[in-house]
Amino acid sequence: MSAIRARLMSGWTFFRISLEERLVYRGDFMLGTLMRFLPIVTQIFLWWAIFESISSSSKATIAGYTREDMIAYYLLAMVSRAFSSMPGLTSGIALQIQTGEIKKFLIQPIDMLGCLLLQRTAHKLVYYVIAAIPFALVFYLCRDFFTQGWPPIDVLAAFVLSLVMAFLMGFFIEACIGLVGFWFLEITSLAFVYMLLNFFLSGHMFPLDLLTTESVDLRVFVEAIPLKYLAYFPAAIFLEKIPRDQLAVELAIEAVWLLFFILLSRILWARGVRRYSGFGG
Amino acid sequence: MPVIEIENLVKSYRVYQKREGLAASIKGLFRREYREVNAVRGIDLTVDQGEFVAFLGPNGAGKTTTLKLLSGVINPTAGLCRVMGHVPWRRENAYRRRFALVMGQKNQLWWDLPAQESFRLHQHIYRIDPKAFQRTLDELTDLLDIGRLLSQPVRELSLGERMKMELTAALLHSPEVLFLDEPTIGLDVVAQHNIQQFLNYYQEKRHITILLTSHYMKDVAALCKRVVIITQGQIKYDGSLSGILDRFSGSKIVTLQLPENEKVDHPERLGEVLKIEPPKIKLRVPRQQVPSLLSRFLDHHIVEDIMVEDPPLEEVIASLFAETSGSSPSDPASSYPRSEST
Repeated sequence: MSAIRARLMSGWTFFRISLEERLVYRGDFMLGTLMRFLPIVTQIFLWWAIFESISSSSKATIAGYTREDMIAYYLLAMVSRAFSSMPGLTSGIALQIQTGEIKKFLIQPIDMLGCLLLQRTAHKLVYYVIAAIPFALVFYLCRDFFTQGWPPIDVLAAFVLSLVMAFLMGFFIEACIGLVGFWFLEITSLAFVYMLLNFFLSGHMFPLDLLTTESVDLRVFVEAIPLKYLAYFPAAIFLEKIPRDQLAVELAIEAVWLLFFILLSRILWARGVRRYSGFGG
Repeated sequence: MPVIEIENLVKSYRVYQKREGLAASIKGLFRREYREVNAVRGIDLTVDQGEFVAFLGPNGAGKTTTLKLLSGVINPTAGLCRVMGHVPWRRENAYRRRFALVMGQKNQLWWDLPAQESFRLHQHIYRIDPKAFQRTLDELTDLLDIGRLLSQPVRELSLGERMKMELTAALLHSPEVLFLDEPTIGLDVVAQHNIQQFLNYYQEKRHITILLTSHYMKDVAALCKRVVIITQGQIKYDGSLSGILDRFSGSKIVTLQLPENEKVDHPERLGEVLKIEPPKIKLRVPRQQVPSLLSRFLDHHIVEDIMVEDPPLEEVIASLFAETSGSSPSDPASSYPRSEST
């Protein structure tokens, strides 16, 4: 019992210190948080223009999305990304391996992935607190795009759960890529490839429903890989693009993927540490 | 009772070899040449509880690699090692709570926050009783005179102050074994002296086991009774500091001070002439020839003063390193090489 308590205490202290650390560079942090809203303006104009060009009717649809749906989707994908994106995680882990900073986690009785997860949770929480007002403002201004209003409570619950899992999924996928640094010291290109795939196949740029099913069935492919959980899936739940009776199954599949990446990160860590040569003096 | 037992410990790395030029780089895309680097080649060592042992050796000798093996940072290629009964590379928490590693070039504290935050975190991760924590912290801050710096962000501390904080963080959980990898690197003379004094006091008081690597002979002379010389991944000497001279230095430095008008013809016949600054002559003479040389010299010359000394320790060690690594020391008189760790 006392061991669990001690573990909780060290976890809490690590979390608290991470919060404090996040608040050190106020200017950079505020600017970074607010600048995230800039791309949304261009996206709204872009989709507006696309719909204008295909038809002047407001009922025109692309893959079942009206103009309003598309903008609502984009706003929701932004929320998903606020959970699943992990700026600096991959490169941070690789850099720690390169410079030898990782030694700290090898000699102290702490778990690196656990610590990084706590740190990331703290950083995200600070971000949400700061970004809550601009987020609320943007959603209020764009309320008319949500033509169906709030979804039913069970869908909303599934949405929240999918956001939490998106956070964990983003964390563990990027941690796995960072841990590849034990084998290839330089992983910038790998991280870039991931970023690119993530950009197009997670639903970050457009709803995955838009993908062609002709000649090459890209839709089947993106449904089979877990990137969709990072942006598309939570937004699709909210917009009720996923049938309600399938929600539980879909969430269960996501949980299995999440478990897979947690296990993979553990294996990569255990193997990598054995291979580690203690670079950087 | 042995605290550290090392048997035939081996660590080798595979290092990518790239020849010069673009063509070689392109070739390297398809076929790579690797070289096996044997950083540690069969080390045997036993360290008893309460010993303060220095690891000496040139860059790349395997000192830091040995410390990394002992602290479980890396896994060995072969061999056995036990520290307080634990195999280090199993990285059991029970072991990790009983030792500490301080690296002079690495920072373990949270860079942007005051050190006291890192200390508080250490209290929890090492599960230190709050009262014991406060007592140890007070003692360490008092000894190292860092009380006023605890609430200052680490990034704003000087190198010397930071090292004191690193040491404090490492000692909060009262480790029984402490590994120090060049703890005084880059510090000024005063800061070096402070750290030495602190380590000396702390080790004597707590009777903990310390392994130290350093390029500064002053650290070693001030702190360690036992010295282990490692070159090319092997132990070449294990004994006292003064024993190095007995074993590796076959000569003595003899300084003869003569009266103003006294002349010595062919001083080179007496031994290797190091310096002539009339009326002083400084010679290097084989150890066993010193008595006969002096009695012969005194028979024929008037001498005002005679000084017979051991050659500087740095010089002996530098030539020992050079000898074992197959090169000659660039300037033996400039003493021990100072540079980065291995």
